[in-house]
Amino acid sequence: MPQGAPEASGSHMVINRDYVGRTFAGGEPYEVSRVKIAEFADAIGDPNPLFRDRGAAQAAGYPDVIAPPTFAIVISMASTARAVADPGLGLNYAMVVHGEQRFEYSRPIRAGDVVTTRSTITDIRDAGRNVLLTAQTEIRAADDEHVCTAHNTLVERGGAA
Amino acid sequence: MTEPVGYDDVKPGAELAPASYPVTRLSLVKYCGASGDFNVIHWNERIARSVGLPNVIAHGMFTMAEAGRYVTDWAGPRAVVVEFGVRFSSPVVVPDDDVGATIEVSGVVAEKLEDNQVVLVLTARSGGEKVLTRAKAVVRLP
Repeated sequence: MPQGAPEASGSHMVINRDYVGRTFAGGEPYEVSRVKIAEFADAIGDPNPLFRDRGAAQAAGYPDVIAPPTFAIVISMASTARAVADPGLGLNYAMVVHGEQRFEYSRPIRAGDVVTTRSTITDIRDAGRNVLLTAQTEIRAADDEHVCTAHNTLVERGGAA
Repeated sequence: MTEPVGYDDVKPGAELAPASYPVTRLSLVKYCGASGDFNVIHWNERIARSVGLPNVIAHGMFTMAEAGRYVTDWAGPRAVVVEFGVRFSSPVVVPDDDVGATIEVSGVVAEKLEDNQVVLVLTARSGGEKVLTRAKAVVRLP
């Protein structure tokens, strides 16, 4: 068991509440490409030209194609995954479902952005038999420009101590 | 897609035309690849059932993406999404057939704010269940 973890009841893993407040740097910068934005837009079935056509994006006042609002999850999740996959946290990923998600945007993410992330585990608490884990990820472009803050709540079903 | 809206034209309480979006197993496979979220419950029925789910379920973020599409389609190319949040209240269950599931989204202009911003409150349903609650977008309109 990781240091500081509550005592396990039975044999299932128990989440380590000492991880609240921990911040995880996002590693290498993420380069947002037109191809990735188009792939994401295709996957969600969204034909909006702002996500594919540079001319359409420029006509709307952007330097290049922009990403759909929820594209930020691609970047924020890679960052939170660092925390969530940490074996010391003790989260059973097969039992995890997404509880809540919220984004605050300073501007749309766009092709050509090179962004860095920082994720913080802001809360771990029981809700009935489940455990709720909340993480916050800041996405910043060059010169530390704030682009988006993502708030992510994961539910580990049956994970309560 | 509807005609783009302007801030001055929008009235609080106005209902947006509802829209339906399909989701199949292929949608989920594509979304796994595009998003990087390969959680087995989104593509492996055996494991999904073994952990107590009724079948393979859609990524919550896929459902949220369809709600986002609903918002950006309504608001038009000159609008900007300032804030967007949802709670995933029930899973979208996606059977292994050629039809899959349908996500039905509707919305209402809940409030007009300063700085050309409006608050949209959204509802999303699938299979008779509310799949998103507390779904809200703040959009800055031209």
